[in-house]
Amino acid sequence: MDGNYILYKLILASVILLISLLVAMYSTLIERKVAGYFQDRLGPNRAGIGGIFQPLADGLKLFFKEEFMPGSADKFLYILGPSLTMMIALLTSAVIPWGNTLLINGTEYSLQVADINVGVLYVFAILSIGVYGIMIGGWASNNKYALIGAVRAASQMISYELAMSMSIIAIVMMSGTLSLKDIVDQQHGMNWNIWYQPFGFLIFIICAFAECNRSPFDLPECETELIGGYHTEYSSMKLGFYLFAEYINMFISSAMIATLFFGGYNFPFMDDLNLSHNALTILGSLVFFAKIMFFVFFFMWVRWTLPRFRYDQLMRLGWKTLLPLAIVNILVTGFVIMIKNHL
Amino acid sequence: MIFSRYLFFILSFVAIYAALKVLISKKPMHSVLYLTLAFFAIAGHYILLNAQFLAVVHIIVYAGAIMVLFIYTVMLLNLNIQGEFPKSKLAKIASAIAGGLLLMTLIAVFRTYDLKMATDPSLNQIGLVKNLGKVLFEEYYLPFELSSVLFLAAMVGAVMLGKKDIY
Repeated sequence: MDGNYILYKLILASVILLISLLVAMYSTLIERKVAGYFQDRLGPNRAGIGGIFQPLADGLKLFFKEEFMPGSADKFLYILGPSLTMMIALLTSAVIPWGNTLLINGTEYSLQVADINVGVLYVFAILSIGVYGIMIGGWASNNKYALIGAVRAASQMISYELAMSMSIIAIVMMSGTLSLKDIVDQQHGMNWNIWYQPFGFLIFIICAFAECNRSPFDLPECETELIGGYHTEYSSMKLGFYLFAEYINMFISSAMIATLFFGGYNFPFMDDLNLSHNALTILGSLVFFAKIMFFVFFFMWVRWTLPRFRYDQLMRLGWKTLLPLAIVNILVTGFVIMIKNHL
Repeated sequence: MIFSRYLFFILSFVAIYAALKVLISKKPMHSVLYLTLAFFAIAGHYILLNAQFLAVVHIIVYAGAIMVLFIYTVMLLNLNIQGEFPKSKLAKIASAIAGGLLLMTLIAVFRTYDLKMATDPSLNQIGLVKNLGKVLFEEYYLPFELSSVLFLAAMVGAVMLGKKDIY
């Protein structure tokens, strides 16, 4: 492990961090534009050409707003809540393979920060601790609405985490590896996992919506019942962190969907283009981002189309529909693998 | 490697400090969160021992599932008021004696024990998923399956207790 290597990884990690933040920033603008389009209005168009500086204006507004802390709040945990949410949202980006390798002076540089051999499990771990920020924030506010929002968020995330993990296990069984890089490499060209695991994909994407607290599963911040849910008492940039983390989560979830089911940086006819290795890698990364942006748009599309679930419906869907479906999916996958091995 | 030795001391300090704070903290919520911190420090120790799989599973199971349920319980019971659990003098004396006896036994055991690392952890590959899976599903297949039956029994028991009032 030489200094060069560590420096390269540091730069790569910073670049990925910046890109995540930038995409999340502009997702807020896209979200409002999409909402405007769906509701037959223009959306924000005053700041810059077509509202291009709107995210900056929103950020500035949040920074300059009054910082308010409830008197009976638990001071330390009140600040820890949004910070944790933001940190955990950014953690997953470390194991996602953002592209193939770049060849510079004969040395191969991977466009993945850490290719750990338990990549999929690492993602599960981050998913499972993602609920802490919301729970801590909701509890520390010392507000009944915030508490109910936090309790809802916790039970929802625990319920959907299970089905989500189960749907990924079918993929792991198929590819026989826990490394995300290997999973992507096995989907070379058009050999994507979606053709083999359509049910797994369906379960995964529904659970991804629930994990991100996005509509139609946005009960933790259901404003008709709970004012603002777990962030009722938050203001200024602390509120901004909660809202911003939601967009980062959306971006990372879309990246996971593209990685696991839609071939990551692979695209059809990639071997027929006769491009050099580096050009192919860069093109692959661009294709990967195009896939991610499509799913980010899909998240927004659903949000402005479907109404919110009722709480008991949400729990019933999670435990009585998605979880059994995911288990059946695993069984069928195992059965098919067994038959294939015997043929 | 000198770097991993420093890491070991930092992680040990965090783990012990967090474990102490679990006991000292007045608010149950703080205790639960310190316990989570202790689990993370122990997961770091697993990584130092080259057992990534164990580390990640440790976080998933303890930090991600069990501690979330703990927090959930604390939230629902609203155990917020400080000093809600007054202990009687008898209980205090009894726990002091019991703790002292345990300490004495531990000292007696470890006094003659020569603490040294059996093998270099970076050479030991047992903590990796593939090797662990092979050992688990070949050598310890029956105990592994039996433990899953145990979990199933616990789950059925929990449902039974939860549905008690229906019958």
